[in-house]
Amino acid sequence: MIRGREIEKRFGDKRVLRGLDFDVPEGGFLLVTGPNGAGKTTLLRLLAGLAAPNAGELEVAVERAHVGFLAHEPLVYRELTALENLDLYGRLYRVPERRERTGMLLERFGLWEARNERAGTYSQGMLQRLALCRTFLHDPALLLLDEPFAALDDQGADLLQDELAGGRTVVVAAHDPARLATLATARLALA
Amino acid sequence: MSAYATDVATLARKDVLLELRSRDTLPAMLLFVVSALVVFHFALPADASDRAEIGLFWIALVFTALLGLTRAFAAEREQGLLDGLVLAPVDRSAIWAAKAISVVVFLALAEAVALPAYALFFQPVGWELVAAVVLADVGIASIGALLAAMAAASRSRELLLPLLFLPLAIPAVIGGVGASVAENPASFLGFLALYDAVFAILAWASFEYVVTE
Amino acid sequence: MSSPNRVAAAALATAAAGLLVGGIALAIFWAPEDADQGFSQKIFYIHVPVALTAYAFFGFGAWKALRLLSTRDSRYDLESYTAVHMGVIFGLLTLVTGSIWAKTSWGQWWSWGERQLVLFLVVFLFYSAYFMLRYSTDPGPRRERNSAVFALFGVALIPVSFLAVRIAGTILHPTVFTHDDGVAMPWEMFLAFCICLGGVLALAATFYRVELAGKRIDASLKELREQLA
Repeated sequence: MIRGREIEKRFGDKRVLRGLDFDVPEGGFLLVTGPNGAGKTTLLRLLAGLAAPNAGELEVAVERAHVGFLAHEPLVYRELTALENLDLYGRLYRVPERRERTGMLLERFGLWEARNERAGTYSQGMLQRLALCRTFLHDPALLLLDEPFAALDDQGADLLQDELAGGRTVVVAAHDPARLATLATARLALA
Repeated sequence: MSAYATDVATLARKDVLLELRSRDTLPAMLLFVVSALVVFHFALPADASDRAEIGLFWIALVFTALLGLTRAFAAEREQGLLDGLVLAPVDRSAIWAAKAISVVVFLALAEAVALPAYALFFQPVGWELVAAVVLADVGIASIGALLAAMAAASRSRELLLPLLFLPLAIPAVIGGVGASVAENPASFLGFLALYDAVFAILAWASFEYVVTE
Repeated sequence: MSSPNRVAAAALATAAAGLLVGGIALAIFWAPEDADQGFSQKIFYIHVPVALTAYAFFGFGAWKALRLLSTRDSRYDLESYTAVHMGVIFGLLTLVTGSIWAKTSWGQWWSWGERQLVLFLVVFLFYSAYFMLRYSTDPGPRRERNSAVFALFGVALIPVSFLAVRIAGTILHPTVFTHDDGVAMPWEMFLAFCICLGGVLALAATFYRVELAGKRIDASLKELREQLA
């Protein structure tokens, strides 16, 4: 599903990724580790198609409609409510039975009561949960998650871990991989 | 409705809703345009011609538009939200179209205040001025929506947007002022329509390249 | 530069020098003086070629920008940028020579009635903004693509502004002087003009190649440094 050969990414003069090779088969779970600044976020952005590598070959055999991306930022509009945010993304991703699915996810992640409040009033943990709702909304075949456990409490983390065991293709970047060690089928350590 | 039109409608609704909720851009534009007109009154000597006053209206319009445009991609910039839209399976040009539509809406709202204010402070407003304003809005919004996205990727966005925008706004000003004062406004209005068509098509086609790598 | 390139570059530079010197000499000593303006009209032999060259550079830069967008090859970014850079330099020259012409012809350093000059000013402002865009964006694909799109907007602006200034002439600024370039021009003037044009173009091409080579060397140096680090 994903194939990378000799991937290189530079920002101006700084080389963030060099000579990277990796394969992720369908249903595989790749855990990307490394300290801050090692390029984990950059790699995920390349896989998501938000950036292009300076050199090397990158193949991601999935269309945009089937990719779920959890970024550093929650990617939700602060002035819109949780419901409005998910409704927006639901329409853009043409999610079937949008309302039901939105309601189901909000409940699953414990945001149902706060659904009509503006995302700007949410705590960090709630924002992360909303971001997860957004990521799973369209039932993506490929999940790209950047530090998904950040700001989550134990309950949220448990919820996420359940979702991740679902058989999708997953690439996770985490500098503290404790929870994911059992799920991972492959590891990639960035220096 | 086609998928493309639906996407544009979804995004345009989002853009307008966001601005109405944040409640800062629209009041600022309204206050700015009226203040500018008042300043212009004091800036003109007593025997200034009607034509000079028309010119000043267009200046006020261009700078009010700039004020609005600076805010155009503000939410997306501040929260990295443009990524969220670029990731979605929508045509990137739909993002541009929605943004341009919302800019036209806000310009129209500002002009709904500016034109009466102008009529009150200076001289009556003819149909040619209104027609010219409508046409100029389309061009300004088309170009502005693209440039705002470009400036969003740079370090000094607030400085950059006016510099990029003003040369491109010159033909709109020429067309607008011409339509307002000439004996034959039709040729100037026709020119404005041409300006709109050329730059809207160009902006529509090139937006994809501005927001992706 | 490789050997065949060196030979070509030298030939170009020589041609430029020859054509320019020859052209200017012809213009000053051989071509007849203009009936209305006298000797001061002779600046036209430099002003118009320089203006045409600037436009040519902007067009060339837009072409390279189009290539960049369609092939994603970064090589075109440097070429487009260099072309626009040269265009702005020649543009500055155009405004200066145009200003001198205006001063010697009708006593002012600038005239809004001079349509071509006004058009040029608008285009010049636009491409100056191009540099602001480049300087304030970090190097990378974003900057390349934004610059390319902006360069394309520039060439769209040229005909639109031409039309705008033309229709504006009737009501905004009375045209001070309408000159028919080349319509009733004696053949000696035309020949001298063509030689000067050839010379300026050859000079421009030489500058372009030198500048581009310099930028390429800079880029290669940076890459080498990166690889060693």
